[in-house]
Amino acid sequence: MDKLLVSPSPHIHSKVSTKSLMRDVVFALVPAAVVSVVFYGLGELLVLGVSILSCLLLEYLITRFLLNKDCTLGDWSAVVTGLLLALNLPSATPWWVVFVGAVVAIGVAKMTFGGLGQNVFNPALVGRVFLLVSFPTYMTDWRIPTGLFGADAASGATPLGVIKKGLLEGGQLSDLTAQYEWKDLLFANLGGSAGEISSIALLIGFGYLLLRKVVRPHITLSIWATVAVVSLIFSLAAPDKFTGPAFNLLTGGLILGSCFMATDYVTSPMSIKGGIIFGIGIGFITMMIRYFGSYPEGMSFAILIMNATVPLLNNWFHQKKYGRA
Amino acid sequence: MGGVHPADNKISRDCKIEVLPIPETVYIHLGQHIGAPAKPVVAVGDKVKAGQLIAEPGGFVSAAIHSSVSGTVKSIAPRKDLAGNPQMCVEIAVEGDEWLEGIDTTDTVIREFPDDPAVCLDKIKAAGVVGLGGATFPTAVKLTPPPGKKCEMLIINGCECEPYLTSDFRTLLEKGEQVVIGAAIIKSILKVDKATIAIEDNKPEAIDHIQKVLAELRKVSPKYDGISVMSLMKKYPEGGEKQLIDAVMHRQVASGGLPIDVGAVVQNVATALAVYDAVQKNKPIVDNSVTVTGECFPRQANLLVRVGTPLKFIIDYLGGVPQDTAKIISGGPMMGRAIANLEAATLKGTSALLFLTKAQTARGKESNCIRCGKCAEACPMGLEPFLLNRLSRAGGMLDQLEANAVQDCIECGCCLYSCPANIPLLDVIRQSKGQVLGIIKARAAAKK
Repeated sequence: MDKLLVSPSPHIHSKVSTKSLMRDVVFALVPAAVVSVVFYGLGELLVLGVSILSCLLLEYLITRFLLNKDCTLGDWSAVVTGLLLALNLPSATPWWVVFVGAVVAIGVAKMTFGGLGQNVFNPALVGRVFLLVSFPTYMTDWRIPTGLFGADAASGATPLGVIKKGLLEGGQLSDLTAQYEWKDLLFANLGGSAGEISSIALLIGFGYLLLRKVVRPHITLSIWATVAVVSLIFSLAAPDKFTGPAFNLLTGGLILGSCFMATDYVTSPMSIKGGIIFGIGIGFITMMIRYFGSYPEGMSFAILIMNATVPLLNNWFHQKKYGRA
Repeated sequence: MGGVHPADNKISRDCKIEVLPIPETVYIHLGQHIGAPAKPVVAVGDKVKAGQLIAEPGGFVSAAIHSSVSGTVKSIAPRKDLAGNPQMCVEIAVEGDEWLEGIDTTDTVIREFPDDPAVCLDKIKAAGVVGLGGATFPTAVKLTPPPGKKCEMLIINGCECEPYLTSDFRTLLEKGEQVVIGAAIIKSILKVDKATIAIEDNKPEAIDHIQKVLAELRKVSPKYDGISVMSLMKKYPEGGEKQLIDAVMHRQVASGGLPIDVGAVVQNVATALAVYDAVQKNKPIVDNSVTVTGECFPRQANLLVRVGTPLKFIIDYLGGVPQDTAKIISGGPMMGRAIANLEAATLKGTSALLFLTKAQTARGKESNCIRCGKCAEACPMGLEPFLLNRLSRAGGMLDQLEANAVQDCIECGCCLYSCPANIPLLDVIRQSKGQVLGIIKARAAAKK
């Protein structure tokens, strides 16, 4: 003992840090990443690698040379962004397109606002949507899974894409959905972005986050409930035009978005009430885009639109204070 | 609502309360309670006995102070307290251990107590009993509800929700009967039908023991009817007065209000014991149990310490300060105060000495708020520390801070404990709270 430390209480800390939280999110995404590599093969590995490394490199360069700040790579948030971006892209995306996505995600959506904690929009989603509108050909080049060392995969549209196109061409909804089986929707085996293909792997990761108390379930549950209710109403009203709850909950980016993107701390409301409204908004906008929009999938847009309402929701909804009405 | 679950670390829980030898000199503070400091009634050179009054209450909200030893008054002068600030102290050189006549120092338990509440209250006042749960508010004042307010429930706080602390737990196990008798006395003073002894469920032995004690006492006298034990879920800060009232009675004390507004009076286990000593034994507060603990500390202990014992004497008795100690805390790790001066002496309300290493107590480097909301989730008052922090640091936002209830903060430390970005939330909030309370006081004064 040299000299006694004198500082105000509390004198202990939970040891939960930004780093430990972000690392938990990375761990939670590992099952989905592994499944996607197993299904889509080495092309997917390249997308994952390029995305994560580009995000790390860009954050390093920007903090070091543009902002002259301490290096923030140690908080693992750039890894999270890289992983999420990669899981949102088709496995055949060329490496340079992935890199452009990382530039937009880290450079534009995250660092221009001041880095982690300051951004309004989810960086990985901004990157993805930028690529979607800039490189629509690459971004809709979905492949049928062929396994890790399988031959070059054939292109295959996503279930949501097939339905949208089929309905526009006057097809019967019952014929269009008949080709999709339950177990395929749950366990992958469909055309889609890497992170969309295995609901089970994503749900295992989400369960881990809940167990570790990294996230709370209210946002995710309110998205699911809204999607279920909206699609139930529409599919009952016009069964030949609108897909039902099970199909809508298990397809597209719904699981990935509701479990990992909408629950992003920085871009979701702080209060439980605000989070529930936020989730309802995402669920509703997603369904409106799926049913009536020109894109087959609307999860990314829905989350980004609701991201913009977060400051307002934080202003409107506060948690109940002890002893106050 | 809110709360956190730090590791219990009650490593001294199996250590029986042992009596610490009397030091050569004690230093008894004149201001060791909330309210006006006591006024000395002895002079330098006077001979005093243990239990003898040495300072009388300095106002309505104040408490009497007694000599904890027999000996000679050496000085009445300012002396540095544990934070290093000078406080008026009576220094007494110890000679033998002679007690004032009329004080019963035996262990005989006396179960029958006076029927007249006024008699009991006078004895509590004379004995200088203060709340030993942390606030050291004069107990006689708390047991005299303002006119028009009626107590519906007495809650004896046995939560001891701070990690490491075990003195209340040991008291419940070893002096449980005295605690219950003390509770019955308080209940009779308040003329209330119901009393609950609230204990967290991480202390099942204490819950069992008190239940047995109650069953025995009910056979002795109907005065022990209406007292029950309640097991509460372990959570910090469940033993906070407001949180405890909510947990036991499902009522919330309004902001700025008092527990009695919702019909509650809360007294700590150690206070109930002090009430027993005062009424049944004529014994003022001259000693109290202190947990001495920490992973790095050589010998864990629960000690019965005479008020005014120098901290260094206690620590040396147990083997001295370990090399790797970074911080010594008076009280628990969540709300206790860091000690700057080991020459300082114990007070009536000293509940623990906790030794922490650098690894245990180091704060991480502050980084950006990631808006995870963990601070708001942890706040037992339902406040939003992230928002209060932002408003405080923006400067000049005192009206906004008041609107967001910064003055309701109980300084439990849950926000800072949970913040993954290591933002010094409570440090910042404390400052603003002080400023806002100043404004509220000034406004109240202007109205008068």
